[in-house]
Amino acid sequence: MLSRKASKDSHGQDSSYFQGWQEYEKNSYHPIQNPMGIIQMGLAENQLSFDLLESWLRRNSNTMALKKDGVSAFKDLALFQDYHGLPAFKEALVNFMTSMRGNKIKYSSDKLVLTAGATAANEILMFCLTDPGQAFILPTPYYPGFDRDLKWRTGAEIIPMHCSSSNGFRITRCALEQAYQLGQELNLKIKGVLVTNPSNPLGTTMTKTELNHLLDFAIDKNIHIVSDEIYSGTVFDSSSTTSFTSIMEVLNERNNNNYNNIRNHVHMVYSLSKDLGLPGFRVGMIYSNNEKVIAAATKMSSFALVSSQTQFLLSNLLSDAKFIKKYMVENQRRLKRRKDMLVRGLRKAGISCLRSNAGLFCWVDMRHLLSSDSFEAEKELWKRIVCEVGLNISPGSSCHCSQPGWFRICFANISEDALHLAMHRMKAFTNSIFSVRLPIIMMRKKSF
Amino acid sequence: MRLLSTKATCNSHGQDSSYFLGWQEYEKNPYDEILNPKGIIQMGLAENQLSFDLLESWLAKNPDVSGFKRDGKSILRELALFQDYHGLSSFKEAMVDFMAEIRGNRVTFDPDHMVLTAGSTSANETLMFCLAEKGDAFLLPTPYYPGFDRDLKWRTGVEIVPIHCSSDNNFQITESALEQAYEEAQNLNLNVKGILVTNPSNPLGTTLSLEELNLLVDFISGHKNMHLISDEIYSGTVFNSPGFVSVMEVLNNRFSDADEAIWDRVHVVYSLSKDLGLPGFRVGCIYSENDTVVAAATKMSSFGLVSSQTQYLLSAMLEDKKFTRKYLVENQKRLRRRQKMLVSGLEKSGIKCLESNAGLFCWVDMRHLLKSNTFEAEMDLWKRIVYDVKLNISPGSSCHCSEPGWFRVCFANMSEQTLKLAMKRLKSFVAELSSSSDNGDNKAHQSKRKSLTKWVFRLSSRDHRQRDQEER
Repeated sequence: MLSRKASKDSHGQDSSYFQGWQEYEKNSYHPIQNPMGIIQMGLAENQLSFDLLESWLRRNSNTMALKKDGVSAFKDLALFQDYHGLPAFKEALVNFMTSMRGNKIKYSSDKLVLTAGATAANEILMFCLTDPGQAFILPTPYYPGFDRDLKWRTGAEIIPMHCSSSNGFRITRCALEQAYQLGQELNLKIKGVLVTNPSNPLGTTMTKTELNHLLDFAIDKNIHIVSDEIYSGTVFDSSSTTSFTSIMEVLNERNNNNYNNIRNHVHMVYSLSKDLGLPGFRVGMIYSNNEKVIAAATKMSSFALVSSQTQFLLSNLLSDAKFIKKYMVENQRRLKRRKDMLVRGLRKAGISCLRSNAGLFCWVDMRHLLSSDSFEAEKELWKRIVCEVGLNISPGSSCHCSQPGWFRICFANISEDALHLAMHRMKAFTNSIFSVRLPIIMMRKKSF
Repeated sequence: MRLLSTKATCNSHGQDSSYFLGWQEYEKNPYDEILNPKGIIQMGLAENQLSFDLLESWLAKNPDVSGFKRDGKSILRELALFQDYHGLSSFKEAMVDFMAEIRGNRVTFDPDHMVLTAGSTSANETLMFCLAEKGDAFLLPTPYYPGFDRDLKWRTGVEIVPIHCSSDNNFQITESALEQAYEEAQNLNLNVKGILVTNPSNPLGTTLSLEELNLLVDFISGHKNMHLISDEIYSGTVFNSPGFVSVMEVLNNRFSDADEAIWDRVHVVYSLSKDLGLPGFRVGCIYSENDTVVAAATKMSSFGLVSSQTQYLLSAMLEDKKFTRKYLVENQKRLRRRQKMLVSGLEKSGIKCLESNAGLFCWVDMRHLLKSNTFEAEMDLWKRIVYDVKLNISPGSSCHCSEPGWFRVCFANMSEQTLKLAMKRLKSFVAELSSSSDNGDNKAHQSKRKSLTKWVFRLSSRDHRQRDQEER
């Protein structure tokens, strides 16, 4: 009676990623009302800098009242449903992106399509770049939501490109080729590669080397690159080796005969959900040099327009360059501090993390806590952590990681106290494991 | 290997139709009372601009709501983080109450059966994804909203088969028309998954009669797995009798709650874009008693959620029942008045409309102005009205009407003065038409029309001035 899409589980929402959320919903931690409840560490939200936004709002109450220079813009906004987007907002966005990325590239508003969140942006790109049954390569581990966002209604397929802890989960030319081969074997036409940079769940920025490998690969196979840069504003550790480089920057540096072709094959996705911590406002975007993609995506954005009320508010916020600069610096400082707290706390519990410089989470190595090197063991461990330790964290298998034992733990969506408590609980847990299984642990450490 | 998808490169977004072309011409030469008094008056936009003062005064009385405050406290954090696809419960409750009020509280709705979407554009597409496979078909009575060609078909791969309605019976849906459409679908080897109606109708401006509603319900009852979607986006714009009857009311009266078989197959779409005049805020919804549809549509709404900022603002506004009651009554009063102005203005030009009781437009009969009973003649007439009379109206062919000569003319998206000016221009045009045909001046007309066809596609303001000089 209904479509296959409506009846099957192809929305991908039965994975453990979502099950952990459900457990949390049933028994949520609260410092006073439920101090023994489950602490939510599976939600990649940025809750650290609302005070800064709130103070801006207080100083700019006119914007809230939809007034511009004392005149009400209500009527114009109420009627504004042009899928080209509010020009002032798009200008503010490209200026924001340009300055946030160190003024290395000047972004322009006619290459931007606004969408209700990056979720809509990614799906629209799939509709524009793939026919049903065609595939995109995604390096693992990747954001569990992609299984729904990229595949469900579009009919596109995902080919995982397995990255390994042996080299910090970096993208290699070899792994790209292997994934492409897999596609051939499965008789799937590969239309492109989608990367998240900075990575979710790794929390690392892609190096220039990786980005160039990616470009070379895309040129060679004549396929697209989609770079989801939703976490680009959360880079909190920027030395010359670890700063953020956008795919657009590396593209720009290419100045040879291959440039024109590849120029039309590279597309970027961005959103204000992570940097500004505003997922509820549904602000995402596609950025591309490809006019046909922009034209098609613009029309498709009809199905996911950004509320004009929100466009107006945020165009004013982002245009306050002084405020935004201050915000970004302070926000990054707070993120770094929180990450350090998490890393230290885990270390005290005998747990190490992948070294990261961005994101709202750490990629945590709990392989030594597994009863065996298997995903069953990972699931067991995860259940114990959710139900006994009372921490909702995300198991690597839900991110399609090829190695068991890795977990994503978020640090920016809870209070400092909750984070301390979580680390305390973790320490108690690992202590209990070590005290019982010390001989076994010693043996495992040797094998690594 | 092709670079982009078929969807990105084909024309099935439907946006090459005259409906959109008229808009484009308007954009190039828009009327402005002071800056461009000879420009094209936009009468192709079904917007409700009549009652913003009421909304603005409510906002002025409730500044906290726009300021993300509740009881004086900032709730920015809560709203900024709220991306739950179940939607803000206070907003859904306010929406169901508002919808019930519009239906005279003869039906009530359960907020748990509502799915919020970024506009009804998103709601309709989502329902297609939930109810049909690529290659399945939905039956739609003609004439219908041109946007459906894109919204229902483009990314979903679903087909539309028209149910041809005729002026003989005021374009009402008949059993034989339904049967014919169903047969046509069979002949095309298409699996019919359901019927989609807009009630009140766009572009007719009429509410579906009880007879038609019963016919539709009977039809889907008689066919296994067939759905009925009722897009009730204009339900709050009903300004005259016979009044609005929702399909939900019909089901309520005919079937018990236990009759899952029928309740599971009827779905309502609604939006605040027409009643409250807020298309920019992107607020739509799907309402269904089918739990599986609600579950799937809720997940799909991830691709088009309503901004939490907007949900909060509107939940406060719709919770103010005193305000909503007053608004609905006053808004309808103003719509009724405007429609009367348009109807009487057209009458003075010897042009009749379909008798309507709802919507933001009239369905206008210009068959007598056609040179021949053909769609080519309709296009000719339309072009003259856009370029000579300078009114952007929507030709019936863009709405898939099966009879040439009908046009949709909007009345709620401009000032009273502008509407009067439009009527004046039309009157002169009609007078000119009848006088020139009296003189048998057909040759001049034909050459005018020829130059028009070339001219249309390279229109510039310079051409306009030249043209005016020629006419003088």
